[in-house]
Amino acid sequence: MAQAAETRKRGKSKEPLVNQPDLMGAYRTMLLIRRFEEKAGQLYGMGLIGGFCHLYIGQEAVVTGMQMAAGEGDQVITSYRDHGHMLAAGMEARGVMAELTGRSGGYSRGKGGSMHMFSKEKNFFGGHGIVGAQVSLGNGLAFSNMYRGNDRVSFTYFGEGASNQGQVYESFNLAALLKLPTVFVIENNRYGMGTSVERSSASHDLSKNGAPWGIPGLQVDGMDVLAVREAAETAVAHCRAGKGPYLLEVQTYRYRGHSMSDPARYRTREEVQAMRSQHDCIEGARHKLEALGVDETAFKAIDDEVKGIVQDAADFAQTSPEPDPAELWTDILVEG
Amino acid sequence: MATQILMPALSPTMTEGKLAKWLKAVGDDVKAGDVIAEIETDKATMEVEAVEEGKLAQILIAEGTEGVAVNTPIAVLSADGLVEVAAPARVAPAPVAAAPVAAVAIPAVAAEDKDWGPSKPITVREALRDAMALEMRRDGDVFLLGEEVAQYQGAYKISQGLLDEFGAKRVIDTPITEHGFTGMAVGAALNGLKPIVEFMTFNFAMQAMDQIINSAAKTLYMSGGQMGCPIVFRGPNGAASRVGAQHSQCYASWYAHVPGLKVVAPWSSADAKGLLRASIRDPNPVIFLENEILYGQTFDCPEDDDFILPIGKAKVERTGSHLTIVAFSIMVGVAMEAAKALAEQGIEAEVINLRSLRPLDTATIVESVKKTNRLVTVEEGWPFAGIGAEITMQIVEHAFDWLDAPPVRVHGMDVPLPYAANLEKLALPQPAWVVDAVKKIV
Repeated sequence: MAQAAETRKRGKSKEPLVNQPDLMGAYRTMLLIRRFEEKAGQLYGMGLIGGFCHLYIGQEAVVTGMQMAAGEGDQVITSYRDHGHMLAAGMEARGVMAELTGRSGGYSRGKGGSMHMFSKEKNFFGGHGIVGAQVSLGNGLAFSNMYRGNDRVSFTYFGEGASNQGQVYESFNLAALLKLPTVFVIENNRYGMGTSVERSSASHDLSKNGAPWGIPGLQVDGMDVLAVREAAETAVAHCRAGKGPYLLEVQTYRYRGHSMSDPARYRTREEVQAMRSQHDCIEGARHKLEALGVDETAFKAIDDEVKGIVQDAADFAQTSPEPDPAELWTDILVEG
Repeated sequence: MATQILMPALSPTMTEGKLAKWLKAVGDDVKAGDVIAEIETDKATMEVEAVEEGKLAQILIAEGTEGVAVNTPIAVLSADGLVEVAAPARVAPAPVAAAPVAAVAIPAVAAEDKDWGPSKPITVREALRDAMALEMRRDGDVFLLGEEVAQYQGAYKISQGLLDEFGAKRVIDTPITEHGFTGMAVGAALNGLKPIVEFMTFNFAMQAMDQIINSAAKTLYMSGGQMGCPIVFRGPNGAASRVGAQHSQCYASWYAHVPGLKVVAPWSSADAKGLLRASIRDPNPVIFLENEILYGQTFDCPEDDDFILPIGKAKVERTGSHLTIVAFSIMVGVAMEAAKALAEQGIEAEVINLRSLRPLDTATIVESVKKTNRLVTVEEGWPFAGIGAEITMQIVEHAFDWLDAPPVRVHGMDVPLPYAANLEKLALPQPAWVVDAVKKIV
């Protein structure tokens, strides 16, 4: 009989976890993601970014906290709401922004767009546009780690909406069966496009969704970057010890619409405002840092640095040339 | 310094909209993230959020104005509330690209088959197993997974003995979970391993179609060439015998439609062995369409341990001067039987075994048709948008003036395959159908 899944609720992080340099780093990453996404929204409004553009604003603590527990060579794979994951994985803001504008300086040389970017160097495996597909692919990353006998772990992110796809459950079964070293991260931002989690999932505690296969799970406050880090460390330790997969339901919130053309009429302005004013992950981290004695000068320095990176990325994304027309016919097959 | 706020594009298709309402007045303080106005697009009413901080210094477009073009300045924001002239960030006009010209040239003929020395008769089943074993010995990154491939030794015994030789790490039984294990294999390939995915039949691969097309075939392109997918999807394709509509379908034209895939369809043991080895070594995703009825058939196959065939090169199985018959997989056998019957009547058919459907060896077909001036295509699958239709079009494009008669297609009937023995026989191409088709044009 399978061991009952370990499922408990993880709330606010405990004080001893607060380490000023780490938290400053997390604050900077979250701020970079937010400013980057705001700029992306602005460039979209100017018509410089086309098609679909899904912003991560509000959810920054999730990938930032997870990456705090990641080690060298661990892989990341996610859905189409992927700009934050790329920045947190260490990819350059310039290359990401230039891909958004469809320019040759982008990570996919303009051929992928917002939803399809990759970096072998940074172990970022996309960027996938079909809801749930990255979960099976993430199993494959974990499989390759196991096959090669290294101790790397793959981080497979998906939303609570994707968690209802059949292949997610196929993947849970396979991961548990083969003891794959993968952390499944459900980013529960409460709305799959316009449908609330209550209207889409009969499961009320998504961290238990892996329980039938004995996959341990935790619910995590995704607006608290240190709580995310703590849970991630538990999950990663489990995977690295060869005990198989781990599931985190990270409860978060997206401030913007599903994509740029979503008026978000399915929730009240008050609900959004309450999350922004009372639970914002960046504000929360800032308050903790202030309590640790970090002063305004230090914050200002980070603000200025981040602003500079984002402005440089935006400038690059507008000046990098469009891909050469010959690029239409390259990269269809590996030659030779 | 004042900055202009421009009419934003709020959907992928929006070119203009109505400025429905201002939610801030001149003189109001604005913070990043504040909603400043509502705009009606063709789809919905959207809120416009400020990106920068400042004081709303001027409203340039009054609320209620319709047809405001994207990028029109709608307001001025400044630090001190005073209006200064500042150039708005303009959108660089995109250069008008010339219509891309698709490559229509006939691809160069791949290297000729080399002489591989002595042959011996083996079954297609043995050829496939030997190919996998040889490649797995050669490259530790190659592994096989699928339903019943390991302990059961393969539903059709293609993987017989592989578990014993390579162990459970490299010969992996999966649960019946095509979508899940195909995605897992594709993910492993994106990370550099070289999986062979066995589908018990290609009918079940429809469950995994999204991973094959959207993940395996497109990632190289979407990643700007960074991330390839060296993977083989193999298994029996097409009708077997009396297994009904859901287990009897030819997927050749489905996969051959997709840029980013290679599609291979062997007939003989030599095809099976040489092409499977090439498919496993290929750095791209390869769809390898086998045929259950062929598994037990015996053909001569070169014994040389290095024997391999190039993907993309057809084989002329029989030379003839009166017409060209193009076929693939089990239909090559049907075409060969028909050619034998035709020869007895004094008609010499040239039979081309395509071996590979994508890339298609158009050069070999064109060369043959220029000689015979007549074309008959034979496939087991349905006719509409099928392989025969594509080959005919290739000939229209490249050898129209050499045709002395309209090309004719022989194909499976355009119905779900029936179970009843007599009906099934009426639905699948027989040598006699090919003979009849030839007689129409010779």
